[in-house]
Amino acid sequence: MTTILAIETSCDETAAAVVEDGRLVRSSVVSSQVDAHARFGGVVPEVAGRAHLDILTPVVTEAMAQAGVTGSDLDAVAATIGPGLIGSLLVGVSAAKAYSLAWGIPFVGVNHLEGHLHAVFFEDPDLALPAAVLLVSGGHTMLIEMVEVGRYRLLGQTIDDAAGEAFDKVARFLGLGYPGGPAIDRLSSEGDPNAVAFPRGLRGEGYDFSFSGLKTSVINHVRRNPELATADVAASFQEAVVDVLVEKTRRAAAQVGARSICIGGGVAANSALRERIVKAAHEDGLKALIPSRSMCTDNAAMVGATAWYRLGLDGPTPLDAAADPNLRLRLDP
Amino acid sequence: MTESLGVVCGNATETQAVAGAIAPLLEPGDVILLDGDLGAGKTTFTQGLARALGVTEVVTSPTFILTRIYPTTSGFDLVHVDVYRLERLSEVVDLALPELLDEGAVAVIEWGQRAVPALAPDFLQVRFALLDDEGERQLSFGTVGPRWLARRADLAAVLPRPARSGPP
Repeated sequence: MTTILAIETSCDETAAAVVEDGRLVRSSVVSSQVDAHARFGGVVPEVAGRAHLDILTPVVTEAMAQAGVTGSDLDAVAATIGPGLIGSLLVGVSAAKAYSLAWGIPFVGVNHLEGHLHAVFFEDPDLALPAAVLLVSGGHTMLIEMVEVGRYRLLGQTIDDAAGEAFDKVARFLGLGYPGGPAIDRLSSEGDPNAVAFPRGLRGEGYDFSFSGLKTSVINHVRRNPELATADVAASFQEAVVDVLVEKTRRAAAQVGARSICIGGGVAANSALRERIVKAAHEDGLKALIPSRSMCTDNAAMVGATAWYRLGLDGPTPLDAAADPNLRLRLDP
Repeated sequence: MTESLGVVCGNATETQAVAGAIAPLLEPGDVILLDGDLGAGKTTFTQGLARALGVTEVVTSPTFILTRIYPTTSGFDLVHVDVYRLERLSEVVDLALPELLDEGAVAVIEWGQRAVPALAPDFLQVRFALLDDEGERQLSFGTVGPRWLARRADLAAVLPRPARSGPP
């Protein structure tokens, strides 16, 4: 049995988890769940590496306490090594290296995107491959073929805004606050998704996505029609995003002969997307893998799952390996 | 800031062409601030600039990740920054932009006006105004500080002559 402590500080969340053999989550703590958070004035660790620094030790302590482990029970310590913001990444990577030295256990640097891909294995360790994976978050929108574990082919990606970014910007424009994804998700349930026919960017064309034009279209439409119910605008916008995401994922799955369809990333927590993906997979006779919402958004458990796999395949990461804000997912040619 | 130079762009392609025309003027350490409403064309402008600098990978919005760094064929890295999400100046300071510029990068900062207090007063500022719903935009170029003052005539020379009448 391999027990790994994993740390994730690539973006807003400070997170730590203890994962056994890449599949069993013994604990998964995200900063907002920790009482200590309040003690630091409710600062959300956005940019400030400093904010991650303040909160990381309590988060790690909490994750280890919940899992009932001490340093001597651990076989490795992992951290997200990129992509992300350098100041934030450095906090997690440096801490993990320090734990590695202090406890005399290997360090494993993990690609954040591969982490999201591995989150699906918590739902089904024997996932039927190949799988078409839709990775949608604030920073990324990618359609990936998981050929086998650890082998990925990029089928398409956004050419401008990420889907989650479109959610947040439209939400802010509509005065729904931040984070925008959950706000639009909630409000959309009260609105008519067919109230406004917003454009479906690049629909029917390949596997790339474009959400910038949709964002502009929503803004222009609301300025011209201020009497429109906000719930109808939110629902129609969400429908436009989900339509394109589902249509392309479905078409990609058919083209690569996928046996499963998976989603991951923060936008994968969206209710409409989850429902529509499940329905599409069912109609096409494929298995749909929809991780729990807490495993879709940023967390350290997915880092632990990936670390277990990478440790077995590549061995430990050298301690002089640097955090890389621009780290790309290693793809099949 | 000195009087601004203006140009009207009819669509995204024209916005990218204007950005591309400026690319040859860039020097390591330069800062370009982009300001304008959501959807005004800031990321589109950066895409045109990046392409002209030989960046082959897809340039996407950095709103969430805050900064993306692209190697160019011009001997410097292009740092694409978005401070839209940042609410405190201390968060802008944490991006360590002066350090990146010292290392010879060129920085393009979306919503750059908010970052001004954290920067040396030496930059090109591009303001985007939506003129209509059909996609026409007015781009106004203002120069602040000695670096861009020295290149002001070059800048005026590479910008397309106004092809149609727009608001002043």
